[in-house]
Amino acid sequence: MPADASPPFRTRIRPYLLIAPTLVGAAYLLLYPVARNLLISVQHFRLAELIRGGAPFVGLDNYTELLSDPKFWTVTVRTLGWTALNTALITGLGTLVALMLVRLGRRMRLAVMSALVLVWATPVIAATTVFQWLFQSRFGVVNWALDQLGLHGYHDYAWFAHSGATFTVLVLLVVWQSVPFAALTLYGGLTTIPHELYESARIDGASAWQTFRLVTVPVLRPLFALVTSLEVIWTFKCFAQIWVVSQGGPNGATTTLPVYAFQIAQNLHKYDLGSAASTLTVLILLAALVTTLRRMHRQEGAEA
Amino acid sequence: MNPLAPRHLLAPRRLRRLPLNLAALAVLVTAAFPVYWMVVTAFKPTAEIQSATPAFLPLHPTLEHFSTAVHAPGFGGYWRNSLLVTLGAVLLSLVVALLAAYAVGRLRWRGRRAFLLLVFTAQMAPWEALLIPMYVIARDTDMLDSLSMLTLVYFMTTLPFTIVTLRGFLAAVPAELEEAAQVDGCTRAGAFRRITLPLLAPGLLATSLFGFITAWNEFAFANTLIIKNQDARTLPVWLSSFANVFGTDWGATMAAASLFMLPVLLVFLFLQNKVTTGMTAGAVKG
Repeated sequence: MPADASPPFRTRIRPYLLIAPTLVGAAYLLLYPVARNLLISVQHFRLAELIRGGAPFVGLDNYTELLSDPKFWTVTVRTLGWTALNTALITGLGTLVALMLVRLGRRMRLAVMSALVLVWATPVIAATTVFQWLFQSRFGVVNWALDQLGLHGYHDYAWFAHSGATFTVLVLLVVWQSVPFAALTLYGGLTTIPHELYESARIDGASAWQTFRLVTVPVLRPLFALVTSLEVIWTFKCFAQIWVVSQGGPNGATTTLPVYAFQIAQNLHKYDLGSAASTLTVLILLAALVTTLRRMHRQEGAEA
Repeated sequence: MNPLAPRHLLAPRRLRRLPLNLAALAVLVTAAFPVYWMVVTAFKPTAEIQSATPAFLPLHPTLEHFSTAVHAPGFGGYWRNSLLVTLGAVLLSLVVALLAAYAVGRLRWRGRRAFLLLVFTAQMAPWEALLIPMYVIARDTDMLDSLSMLTLVYFMTTLPFTIVTLRGFLAAVPAELEEAAQVDGCTRAGAFRRITLPLLAPGLLATSLFGFITAWNEFAFANTLIIKNQDARTLPVWLSSFANVFGTDWGATMAAASLFMLPVLLVFLFLQNKVTTGMTAGAVKG
């Protein structure tokens, strides 16, 4: 661009002045914490260093220590299982509810959608508190219902004292909270599919399953990918529900990676190991996300 | 329904739809029951809460539990803290995001794409992984146990979304309107303030309400950054420790949870459509 055509200096710097506050915020509250996390993870940073400073550089020692700790691998495998189970349940149930919604009458659909929005609007901590009450051993309504159904073993059953039971409650809580988003998003996608596509599938004699597989799924594929990857991210990094219900217990049965990193740092004051665990958490999340998207992509290829 | 259709054809159709409607009913009940149970428990007298057979309808409603919750030590303070932090973060984020959204949506400049990439990346930042460095930074700068650090963190967590969404709303306001005002002698800033800003108001409101919900509900940072000074806690952290506050008084706990949920629910009801369109404009089109 010739120099004489360029606008005056004031006009040229205007956009940079406008984005300056965003850049300052991102630098101090995002980039600096990320850099600090990486730095702490290669230092010896415990309680003494937190108070007095002067943390020495130790290279990759923290990462070596974590990766050679069998507990870290147990937690990692559990986190992947937790993410896979929740994501499968949420997308599966979300799809079923969405397919149901399009077929419902107007009034019933409105009622179901209102209930879904109600769940969506429930704050995480409010929902967590309610689920603790639902599954309370004494006077909890779930134990009462199971007892009435003939499962007398659940009379006064202490859900939060057993590892499998606590894990189940947490899965139910996360799935209950997340299905509305998936269902309403997929329902939104379903309503955009032109009616003619179904019409012609019917004329060609396609079964309901064939119609779903050959008409609905291909059209909704981008939305499926979006919902699945968001659910992978959300359930993988889920922290508040687990921390409030069980703090990762009983006996570490519900400790996932984010909880693990926080425990090491906050309870054991091993900030260095906690930071290393956080870094590894992000890397594993990225790997899990890429794997999920790849798998979806491959299925797409197989079906086409 | 077609009134001319013979009766024997109508009945099977209704019968065919029965499983579907039953499934819908099951979804409806599963979704709504926990929230219903929270509200019903909050209104039931203690004797009905602690009974071997639960009462499914609040036949003897009482406000006793709400009174217990409201009179719990520090209740007013936690509300004030939550409101201060949330409103502070949302307003700050709105102002900063508006400037950035204008730069991105209305001006052409070198680095614009890189800046947008930064915003999109920040939108996906795994904030939970930054709990430890945030704690260390807050401690180093004497910001631990203070609401200002929490406000700054919430400002940053809501900022990327706010920029992206406002950019979507701004794109819906034709730039020609501003240009026309400039031709008529307005300055650039004046044209924006007089023409675009009023048209942008619904978008600003919807966006800020979404930010409000995010900040109002946040737990992890509030739990990490406020430790010693219990008076500076926010509602989610207070509610999560209900066992220390109310023991096994589930009526009061559910009353507190209902009160905590109320503002969010009002926001959802008030602007559900706008929030949804805002989210599609921001998140999907982006």
